[in-house]
Amino acid sequence: MSSTATTNPDQDDPAVRAAQEERLRAAWAPPRGFFFRWTDVNNSAVGVWYTLTAFGMMLFAGVLALIIRAQLVIPNNDLVSASTFNQLFTLHGSMMMFLFAVPMFEAVSILILPQLLGTRDMPFPRLSAFGYWSFLIGGVFVAGSIFFNAAPDGGWFMYPPLTTDPSLSGIGADIWMLGLSFIEVAAIAAAIELIVGVLKCRPPGMRLNLMPLYAWYILVVAVMILFAFPPLIAGDILFELERLLDWPFFDAARGGDPLLWQHLFWIFGHPEVYIIFLPSIALFAMIVPTFARRHLLGYPWIVLAAVGTGFLSFGLWVHHMFTTGLPNISLGFFSAASEVVAIPTAVQIFAFIATLWAGRVVWSTPLLYGAGALAIFVIGGLTGVMVAIAPFDWQAHDTYFIVAHLHYVLIGGSVMPLFGGLYYYWPLYTDKKLSDRLGRIAFWLMFVGFNVGFFPMHISGLMGMPRRVYTYSDEIGLNTLNLLSTVGAYLFALGVAVVILDLCLSPRRKLAERNPWKAGTLEWLSSPKKENWGVRCVPLVESRYPIWDEPGFVQNVDEGRHFLPDAEENQRELMITTVLDAEPLQVARVGGPSIKPMLAAATLGSVFILITFHLYAAALASGLAALVVILWWLWTGTGIIPEKAEKPVGRSIVLPLYSSGPASSGWWAMFITMTADATAFLSLIFGYFFYWTVHAEFPPAAQPGLVGPGTYWPTLALVLIAAGWAATIAARETNARGRIRLARIALSVAAIATGAGALAVLAGPWLAELDPTLHVYPAIVWVLAIWVAVHAALGVIMQLYTLARSLAGRMTRVYDGDVRNIVVYHHFLALSALITCIVIGYFPRLV
Amino acid sequence: MQSHLIKFLVKRAVRDAALLPLTIVAITVSLLGGCAGVQSTFSTFGVEAEATRKLTLVMVVAGVLITIGMGWFVVHAVRAPPGRLNHTSGMRVILWLGAIGPAVLLTVLLVSTLPMMKTLPVNDDDLEIAVDGKQFWWGVRYLLPDKQVVETANEIRIPIGRTVNFTLTSPDVIHSFWIPGLAGKVDMIPGRSNNLVVRATKAGTYRGVCAEFCGLSHARMAFDVIAMQPAAFDQWLIDAAEPATAVDGPGRQLFEDYGCNGCHTVRGHFTASPIGPDLTHFGSRLSLAAGTLPISVAAIANFIRNPAMAKPGALMPAFESMPAEDADVIAAYLMELK
Repeated sequence: MSSTATTNPDQDDPAVRAAQEERLRAAWAPPRGFFFRWTDVNNSAVGVWYTLTAFGMMLFAGVLALIIRAQLVIPNNDLVSASTFNQLFTLHGSMMMFLFAVPMFEAVSILILPQLLGTRDMPFPRLSAFGYWSFLIGGVFVAGSIFFNAAPDGGWFMYPPLTTDPSLSGIGADIWMLGLSFIEVAAIAAAIELIVGVLKCRPPGMRLNLMPLYAWYILVVAVMILFAFPPLIAGDILFELERLLDWPFFDAARGGDPLLWQHLFWIFGHPEVYIIFLPSIALFAMIVPTFARRHLLGYPWIVLAAVGTGFLSFGLWVHHMFTTGLPNISLGFFSAASEVVAIPTAVQIFAFIATLWAGRVVWSTPLLYGAGALAIFVIGGLTGVMVAIAPFDWQAHDTYFIVAHLHYVLIGGSVMPLFGGLYYYWPLYTDKKLSDRLGRIAFWLMFVGFNVGFFPMHISGLMGMPRRVYTYSDEIGLNTLNLLSTVGAYLFALGVAVVILDLCLSPRRKLAERNPWKAGTLEWLSSPKKENWGVRCVPLVESRYPIWDEPGFVQNVDEGRHFLPDAEENQRELMITTVLDAEPLQVARVGGPSIKPMLAAATLGSVFILITFHLYAAALASGLAALVVILWWLWTGTGIIPEKAEKPVGRSIVLPLYSSGPASSGWWAMFITMTADATAFLSLIFGYFFYWTVHAEFPPAAQPGLVGPGTYWPTLALVLIAAGWAATIAARETNARGRIRLARIALSVAAIATGAGALAVLAGPWLAELDPTLHVYPAIVWVLAIWVAVHAALGVIMQLYTLARSLAGRMTRVYDGDVRNIVVYHHFLALSALITCIVIGYFPRLV
Repeated sequence: MQSHLIKFLVKRAVRDAALLPLTIVAITVSLLGGCAGVQSTFSTFGVEAEATRKLTLVMVVAGVLITIGMGWFVVHAVRAPPGRLNHTSGMRVILWLGAIGPAVLLTVLLVSTLPMMKTLPVNDDDLEIAVDGKQFWWGVRYLLPDKQVVETANEIRIPIGRTVNFTLTSPDVIHSFWIPGLAGKVDMIPGRSNNLVVRATKAGTYRGVCAEFCGLSHARMAFDVIAMQPAAFDQWLIDAAEPATAVDGPGRQLFEDYGCNGCHTVRGHFTASPIGPDLTHFGSRLSLAAGTLPISVAAIANFIRNPAMAKPGALMPAFESMPAEDADVIAAYLMELK
């Protein structure tokens, strides 16, 4: 093989090409069989399952909304009981947010990102599959609860103490917390994969400023998920500790504060709105240039606006809390910040309009949905500007005005663009266009239904109708408005039904031509002759719309004249490029069909489900099973030493088959994961200082059970964990220098030190006999100590795993990805140990 | 023929849809013009709600104009022949309409509304009222300057022209105190105490409501608000401070026999731990069960026998085995407590 390394295969020879295609087909062949087809991990399979499941969740949550509207059609209606009604609206909101909007974005992105980037799969296909199975298990668990009259009923915001008091809320609250926490973990996993995909899997030549805007939006949104979900997960942890173990984080009588939950929830909740909105705008950004027949105007402005929106969205959360009695200065600040975020949004909208103005508009169904979405979204944006003004919000907050506002924003900014995207991208996956006629009928039903349904809610809200009421009195003048809202909601549902009809009729329609909309971006390389390999070869990209701009581009790709036109070793291969300039770095081999992601999701999901039912022993067993499955998955599927060091990829370029450290995708995944993890940790630290600010004396006056852990044990824990960290770094360095034995000794020492550190950090509160049920101070100290201890324990597992890899010959001097990745983990562990030591050990002495 | 008709209707529908913004203006203006509702932000009787109503009007008009302008602009952009807008002028559109225009408008809006975020000035002779939100009713205490406390429930009377300082708390879960015609809402949060300062301007009978989801009967947690002339209010307060009317009959006895006085205080008759609403002058109130039912013998008797029927999740136990006659007698007794 090495003799041919510099000779390119003859792509002019059809026989050569046919042989290449045969090998590619074999390498990417999906698993077959009644059961085994579900072990597929390729993005084209997982992405479709994921999208369909999220769509199903939307329909389910939509039906819940129809029941809500039926109950409210007349005053004092008794179609459903108050208890059922509370479950309905809680589940409707929670499902639309957690089981539709976010998963739908991730599903669509997993489906189309590889094609947008001219690559063959996501960087970690098995992680996508894991994310999907987690979503399915958690989603069915949460959604199914309503059939057992056990659905959460505290509102999608789950404000304590209503939801933490066991006499006021049943198992539904646990189902919400644990079921959705599991899904949040899966969402973060998908976000990590999307970030790595955008940063490391772009085709050669596609510098950051040539990326399709969709990829930019995905990058922004995935980074937002990384920082927005962890505060909620931290909140979930505190919440469940209060529900299951009576640790009083939100109980005012024992020093807790219900407002901490509101802060953590909305630090997540507001970015969440933009997490939902930006991906749909991203679909816009793909659809508009296609039908304006020109490049999008103001590309850098749109990128800046998207990034700016992402940043700003983290500074607005308090506008959900304007009525909680905040000082005037916060009102002014957060009102201003909430207004500012309208500006980047306006920039994006006007960039699209200017593009249509400058271009030659070809009218089409996707564009119709785009225009309708814009009309709805503009109204939602304007009411958003209104509610950002605190005095107006004091009136509008928690009324139907907000229900109207949020549906204008989310249906205009997310659902309608998604339907537009559905009409636009359907031919890419089925090679058949949807019906323009049915599409238009559905659009008008939805558009008119939506406005008839939701516009009156602005007025009913200002006429004094609070949200989340299962009924209303006859006398307050809301009857006509509510009747209209119900009629509109059913019209909207009829429109959705027409879309579903259109989808069902699709198999009977004739094949569409290739690239039916005459678009210019890479995903339309896909040919109606369906192949499983994604793209015939990884193209060299030199413009934003290569199909438009480069003559012969499609033919060159079809004839395999770019990179990786072959699968000589029957392996699934992707190109890894540099983050900024997309220079080729490596050929990465990714995992094929496997049952392990499904098993990992099932065992891990069981942990959350079993805890809901207080079956702690079974949960522990399931947790251990999950650990075993994950280790098995990692051991057999990652860091595989290739049979040769490098291979030619075409165009006279030879690339290594292995890389470690920042050049590799695995290192980036670890780094990004730990950023999210650190955000959750800092949210807990925020909790500590929040309690410190609301209490005159924190820690509280010394009495049995409330005396802090002192400085001795936290300091010892810090020293031990720091020693483990240093020894891990030493292992990396000695290994890289070929001193394998020394590296193994260093890893052993590191494991012992880190493990001792875990025990020492727990010894502090344990020996001080801190009682976490007495007061919030001992509770938050225990949480921080346990956080560090659990992370240290995971660190020990990683150190021992790496040691075992070295002993088994699966990690060597050159192939050292394992040790380089765990060093990243230990940087973060050492940092959290340092912060924890200072906060629980030394901070009480300072104040 | 039929397809022609359909086409015609579709065209009409499309044109009408374009008229939507105008319809919206018409509806909104007619509503803001002063129509209806005892629980509406449009029928204002306080300085704060009135200021917010005017702000709403201004923002709605501006919003409608912007929506129409955007609609016109999009239609223009789609219809314009290609090449009408070159790159430079396109970027100018984004800069001026997307960035500078909104920035100016929003700055004006923010700066002009900042003063509204300040609360009304308070001083010592303001009326102090402490309101406790509970599942699912309102405990109301007038804190008089001589340290006297006048307790009532589910009804708030205030004088017009005088500043009122509400202290808002909750012992159980989060509620939100909202009198739409008077002022914006303020949450009642366990462990915290919030304030709301208001001044009523127009006498009348209005309604307040709980705005934060608080459990099963969140929808059934309202209260009557009566804004009164100052002299009438002062007289009412003197009367309210008095113990209950001296009624003595079978109803009072049954009230005790069934243990109602374990939770409900009737000053002058029974003193209870403050679990349920104070009923001292119950007969003079406008509604029963926190704005849920009218004051009538039938309604009261039904409520006593099965409170959860009208208010699911109410903490009051059901007296289903109580004979209907007894319930009627107790109801009559309560209605006598003027």
